[in-house]
Amino acid sequence: MDQVNPQAGTPEDQFTSNPAGATPSLIAAALQREHPEWVTQVRDALGETTIIVPREHIVATCTFLKSTPALEFNFLSDLCGFDRGPEAEPRFEVNYHLFSTTKFHRVRLKVLLNEDDVRVSSVTGIWRTANWHERETYDLFGVVFDGHPDLRRILLPDDWQGHALRKDFPLRGYEPYSLE
Amino acid sequence: MSTTADIPPQFEIVDRPLDTQMTISMGPQHPSTHGVLRLELVLDGEMVVKATPDIGYLHTGMEKLFEYRKYQQGIVITDRMDYLNPLGNNLAYVMAVEKLLQLEIPERAQVIRVLTCELQRIASHLVWLGTHALDIGAMTVFFYCFREREKILNLIEAASGGRLTPSYFRIGGLMMDIPAGFERRVQQFIDDFPKAVDEFHKLITGNRIFQKRTQGVGYISAQDAIDWGLSGPSLRGSGVALDIRRANPYCGYENYDFEIPTEPDCDVWARYLVRMRELNESHKIVKQALSRLRPGPVKADAPKIVLPDREAMKTHMDALIHHFLIVAEGFDVPAGEVYMPIEASKGELGVYVQSTGGPKPARVHFRGPSFVNLSALPHMSRGAMVADIVAIIGSLDIVLGEIDR
Repeated sequence: MDQVNPQAGTPEDQFTSNPAGATPSLIAAALQREHPEWVTQVRDALGETTIIVPREHIVATCTFLKSTPALEFNFLSDLCGFDRGPEAEPRFEVNYHLFSTTKFHRVRLKVLLNEDDVRVSSVTGIWRTANWHERETYDLFGVVFDGHPDLRRILLPDDWQGHALRKDFPLRGYEPYSLE
Repeated sequence: MSTTADIPPQFEIVDRPLDTQMTISMGPQHPSTHGVLRLELVLDGEMVVKATPDIGYLHTGMEKLFEYRKYQQGIVITDRMDYLNPLGNNLAYVMAVEKLLQLEIPERAQVIRVLTCELQRIASHLVWLGTHALDIGAMTVFFYCFREREKILNLIEAASGGRLTPSYFRIGGLMMDIPAGFERRVQQFIDDFPKAVDEFHKLITGNRIFQKRTQGVGYISAQDAIDWGLSGPSLRGSGVALDIRRANPYCGYENYDFEIPTEPDCDVWARYLVRMRELNESHKIVKQALSRLRPGPVKADAPKIVLPDREAMKTHMDALIHHFLIVAEGFDVPAGEVYMPIEASKGELGVYVQSTGGPKPARVHFRGPSFVNLSALPHMSRGAMVADIVAIIGSLDIVLGEIDR
């Protein structure tokens, strides 16, 4: 098959890299300038940028980040939930890890949800890959994604009670689960 | 057609004049579903109208378990996720924790990590090649692949003591240095491997049946592939030159000379060619890593995080105290969150770790490439034949241990 061609040029010629993973602070600054209501807080830590977005603006923010040519976050790497514990308020986080397949930068969006209303709009209309991620988050945390085309449990059985990754769900469950 | 209330929504039956559609279940005990994957197939004759994956049969709550274990105890859990590429999982997890701790890893440990991970990538691709060909009907390739994989497993066993579950990487470096004679054995493998790749090509690449079974099957365009979040060889088979080792380098990958194979055809055949070429690229990286091995420490200089050597533990009081404290109480990780993506053998393996302080993580989430790649299966299999489904699953190279976690 294809062997190495010494004349092919250095790897940098065909493919530039982005070691730090981003120019994310600039992204956050641009976002804050353009749409200040979309940004609650920006955190820069450990070389990663986290933007906390109010939940009613998450779809608009994602659409903006995906469609702006200079940002081009066309790839949703990951979407996952987090439970801060039954006492914490707001209790739930949903983290969106965005990536650009052309600029190679990354950014994390975070939505905070209160326990009495664990709902957020689905981003399946922006990235279809969000489908299973959101189902998983719904399954394990009970976060309801409005507008999701097929929101049902994915890893646990359909008749499972509770949401297993919540902090108040015991490690071994409430009782031995039986398939009968 | 049927409107009885007790039919679950996934058994949705579409009204058609001749009523030619039927729903059948493929798996979970089907040999070509690579584990316990069940597919809900709506068929029109032999044509697939709709394929719905049903997963979770292997779910063991690993992400929950992480929250109840100390950071260093999490490493053995990662082995059990993608069990064909355990070193990749180890690497992603320990690098995420190291990023939280802001640890510097010595050069020798980095090189050994790259070396063993690339060997593991070859081993993982060999299992893919063997089972993919087996699914399509070429049985011989399987034995050739497992013969070569055995050599790699022996090498990994020599270094770590484990074949399938090595847990070789530790937070702050390696479990221990590679044993005497390891370099000679890797050199032997490097010398022999190109001949084996030639054998694989002779066995199957030119095979007309194999080509007919794979060309034009499971089409997914580059734009759709990105939209569905495909990564790794499955994405590169759609012509997108994306490799995390280049895009966001880690472990010093920016210093290695290798290519990113891509194929423009977007079908099962393209993904096959990409993985076959990756065998050569990984071989190149192993060769370079071997030549860069220099004597030096394999553990970071962080006595409160990295276990001391046995000899030091037996002769120095402070090392003994550190050893006791790490084992008994663990080490505190400062509060923070990281997302650490690496290029595993199947695509982007991302580990999200959130710490709120203390010796146990508050949240560990694995973005398994198999999980995301499988979610695109319904898109790729529309209009395919049932037998093509087998080829498409094989070309995605899924591992259910990682999907279900």
